[in-house]
Amino acid sequence: MSDDCQMKRRLFLLSLFSLLFLTATAQVNTITYAQLEQRVSNPDTVYIVNFWATWCEPCVKELPYFDQLQQKYKDAPLKVLLVSMDFKSKLNSAVTPFVKKHKMQAEVDFADRNNDQEFIDAVDKDWSGALPATLLVNTKKGIRKLYEQTFSYKELNNIYQTNK
Amino acid sequence: MKKLVFLIIAAVSALSFKPTATGYKPGDIATDFKLKNVNGKMVSLADYTSAKGFIVVFTCNHCPVARAYEKRIEALDAKYAAKGYPVIAICSSDPDMNPTDSYANLQKRAAGKNYTFPYLADETQDVVRAYGARATPTVYVLQKTANGLTVQYTGAVDNDEEQSDPARINYVENAVDALLENKTPAVTSSKAFGCRIVLKSA
Repeated sequence: MSDDCQMKRRLFLLSLFSLLFLTATAQVNTITYAQLEQRVSNPDTVYIVNFWATWCEPCVKELPYFDQLQQKYKDAPLKVLLVSMDFKSKLNSAVTPFVKKHKMQAEVDFADRNNDQEFIDAVDKDWSGALPATLLVNTKKGIRKLYEQTFSYKELNNIYQTNK
Repeated sequence: MKKLVFLIIAAVSALSFKPTATGYKPGDIATDFKLKNVNGKMVSLADYTSAKGFIVVFTCNHCPVARAYEKRIEALDAKYAAKGYPVIAICSSDPDMNPTDSYANLQKRAAGKNYTFPYLADETQDVVRAYGARATPTVYVLQKTANGLTVQYTGAVDNDEEQSDPARINYVENAVDALLENKTPAVTSSKAFGCRIVLKSA
């Protein structure tokens, strides 16, 4: 094999890897309600699940705080899940590009649902259906709370500290 | 002294508003209101002397979910106004937060889309506080009864925002159809998915 050919091969592999890496960091998995329930069931972890959408301005404004909280406590038993409630047809056209563009670090999932009503009722009977909404689950302490409000970083950190 | 009076008023109004903090549930009696329409005229439900009831929709300009439902709201008025259940659209969002929901912009949207129903500005948010809508769009189907305006359904227009599900349930149509047949709606409430209606702090 000539050097030139090997070089090309390396370049090809390199670009393949970087492509994989980029895709991996912007991965948005779909999640059904049953899967979400399973996901937040580890008693040793505190889960903060934010329900948001790319079209929801107050949601977009507070998303960085969730990322920031996950970054700050990345070694703590805290898992932030950002569950997109975007329209079903918008996963590839809006949600994935949004996650890439904003370099979101926390795990982003896409709510896989037959309809919003079913999903919303399953998450919490008292959730009105308005976005944003945030669910905190601490199974060990028997805590499960839904917050129908927007958060500042301080407020968000506060609910984590109070319920961890 | 002034401060004390204010505090007492605030405390009393907080108490008196408490029962309606969560808003109307099916079976409750809804209050009438007087709000400014996009044509500058004041509108009350009492103005509609021949109506059997109303399809009251809390909606707005800025919310993509509300916009996704706009045509369906127009269709509800086209189908049911003549049958005695006209659509009354109300925008309760704070224009300071969402300038696209200013009175001038409500006027533009209603004119641009040829709304056949009133589009009312709830600038003080008194009406949304009384009804308790949390997201746009939220519907209240009201029926005129001996007791007043009885809430017969509250919630979403249907359970299929993108109109892609053949198994879609048209909650509002089903409820109004039932009322027109002198029946009680089978489904009287649902969750209204959409943009939060942010209340101005008092």
